[in-house]
Amino acid sequence: MAKSLFDKIWDAHVVRSMGGLDVFYIDKHLIHEVTSPQAFDELEARNLSLFRKEQIVATADHNVPTKNQHLPIEEPLSRMQVDKLTDNCRKWNIELFGLGHENQGIVHVIGPELGITQPGMTIVCGDSHTSTHGAFGAIAFGIGTSQVTQVMASQCLLLSRPKRMRITVDGELKKGVGAKDLILYIISKLGTGGATGYFVEYAGSAVRSLSMEGRMTVCNMSIEMGARGGMIAPDETTFEYIKGRPFAPKGERWEQAVAYWKTLYSEEGAPFEQELHYDARDINPMITYGTNPGMGIAINQPIPSQVSASEAVSFDKSLKYMGFNPGETLVGKPINYVFIGSCTNSRIEDLRTVAEFVKGKQKAPHVEAIIVPGSKQVEKQAREEGIDRILAEAGFELREPGCSACLAMNEDKIPAGAYCVSTSNRNFEGRQGPGSRTLLASPLVAAVTAVEGKIVDITQYFN
Amino acid sequence: MEKFEVLRTTAVPLPIENIDTDQIIPARFLKATSREGFGENLFRDWRYNGDGTPKQDFVMNNPRYGGSILVAGKNFGCGSSREHAAWAIYDAGFKVVISSYFADIFRGNALNNGLLPLQVTDEMLQRLFVQIMEKGPNTEFVVDLPKQEFYVPAWNESVSFEIDSYKKECLINGYDDIDFLVNQKEAIEAYEKKKAWVY
Repeated sequence: MAKSLFDKIWDAHVVRSMGGLDVFYIDKHLIHEVTSPQAFDELEARNLSLFRKEQIVATADHNVPTKNQHLPIEEPLSRMQVDKLTDNCRKWNIELFGLGHENQGIVHVIGPELGITQPGMTIVCGDSHTSTHGAFGAIAFGIGTSQVTQVMASQCLLLSRPKRMRITVDGELKKGVGAKDLILYIISKLGTGGATGYFVEYAGSAVRSLSMEGRMTVCNMSIEMGARGGMIAPDETTFEYIKGRPFAPKGERWEQAVAYWKTLYSEEGAPFEQELHYDARDINPMITYGTNPGMGIAINQPIPSQVSASEAVSFDKSLKYMGFNPGETLVGKPINYVFIGSCTNSRIEDLRTVAEFVKGKQKAPHVEAIIVPGSKQVEKQAREEGIDRILAEAGFELREPGCSACLAMNEDKIPAGAYCVSTSNRNFEGRQGPGSRTLLASPLVAAVTAVEGKIVDITQYFN
Repeated sequence: MEKFEVLRTTAVPLPIENIDTDQIIPARFLKATSREGFGENLFRDWRYNGDGTPKQDFVMNNPRYGGSILVAGKNFGCGSSREHAAWAIYDAGFKVVISSYFADIFRGNALNNGLLPLQVTDEMLQRLFVQIMEKGPNTEFVVDLPKQEFYVPAWNESVSFEIDSYKKECLINGYDDIDFLVNQKEAIEAYEKKKAWVY
């Protein structure tokens, strides 16, 4: 029978099946400071040991400051959490790219850029945006801390197989429309729970034409429509990206790897429980107006004026929180904060997009902009390419890497009541700080907003 | 993990859809390195003002409502994978969350911590909200896990609910997956040896 990309990889990782559950083998386990300490404690409390330490890679990202990383972390609880990760990694002999290390960065940025993430792998991390790694044709998904302990102790999880969904986007994306708009568009169609229970494969010419950075942005936000994960079949773009990276296979191993990776695609007639098709030409620059990522609209369209009866309470609550009215447009709304960063949009291509637009322009005086690269490597490359100077001349500051204002665990917070156009992945109430109001958008929309100081219909801007 | 068998209790209604784990436990409270004490910050920004005083209009601050079942709108627990959300709900005294569907990661995290995610139909969920909020906050409900039965004495009506048979045994006996997986080592090592492609 014809097999899907997902089934090929899943089947290759089943140690044994029992009833509706599979003992499922994990190739790579990424850990960070926030969801691992309790897992290490549990391991010790049960007198267990690490089963395959060489398959774990650690970094500090969620909780780290984005200024003065060479100094001790000021905030005592954050410092304790980062220190605990360092202690645990030392004790168990785990590879750690800690604060100050040249490979440190957001876990979903460093995995791919170091060549750790490869097609056909199973990858987990105690973070829901682990779906990012699916861009390489891997099965990658977020897990809870109890499962982190399970993988530490056995390199396996006990899982039921998710259903399969394929989302095909054909056609050419319009000027000013990128990967972020594509995924915000899909999520706006499916809603924040529309893919719950599914693992999604993205296909079609619009997806194929995306760079690896763009594909990562798409797969990253799969969780925002409830999907267990998202993936894209590997192709020449994928192999080209991986080749020569520090953890990538070398020499003969590389040839063997590519030969295997080329078998990873969905065969003609492979079964999917749900198939959806979209036309790339229907997609416009997107922005969210509400408090979940499914509440997205084309930037020049009005906020919906009516929703179904069952959604009304949540819709009203959401608009009240955001300070918006049903049916109104966002164009012209003044914005005081812009955040460019997060595992969704903090890669070199994102920074290049921002730099290209702001070059020779000035940030609006009332806007505070936080630009946080995804990793030390991205930061280094941005400096080598002169992006830091372009940003500085336009009034922006390039920070040091971390999750930063995406979830506001560190000092980078948006004040209560303030609007922030953000390239991150979640616009939940208080996500960027208590009372903060987040509008999700692409790096391009964020850059335009920072310069204009308000929401602009960029479709007009670019035509 | 504590054992779960039969529970008879009142319920706290939260008729909001798509409650994400950032609302259940905001990220700024994830800096603790133990599992305990998250209950006091459950629904922190809905439950308390910035100065720490309770928000009177939030259901958990309303003395009419109590019990160890939380009844919430559909797609409960979406967003971040933080298991701290399940810890916070359990730590605040809830043993069951009822909704018409749950986000996948939250469902798994709940089951790994002795918290039962009980899925009912949209229609049943709406009836439960009406029963608790309009007819009486003192309404009792019975959750019988061994029989997989949710019983509403006030209606003299019961519905069955789905749960994986292995997960059900785990909850009833207070086991978790770690014990099981660690006992699979031989099979796992055998798998590693014959694996077609090793990373």
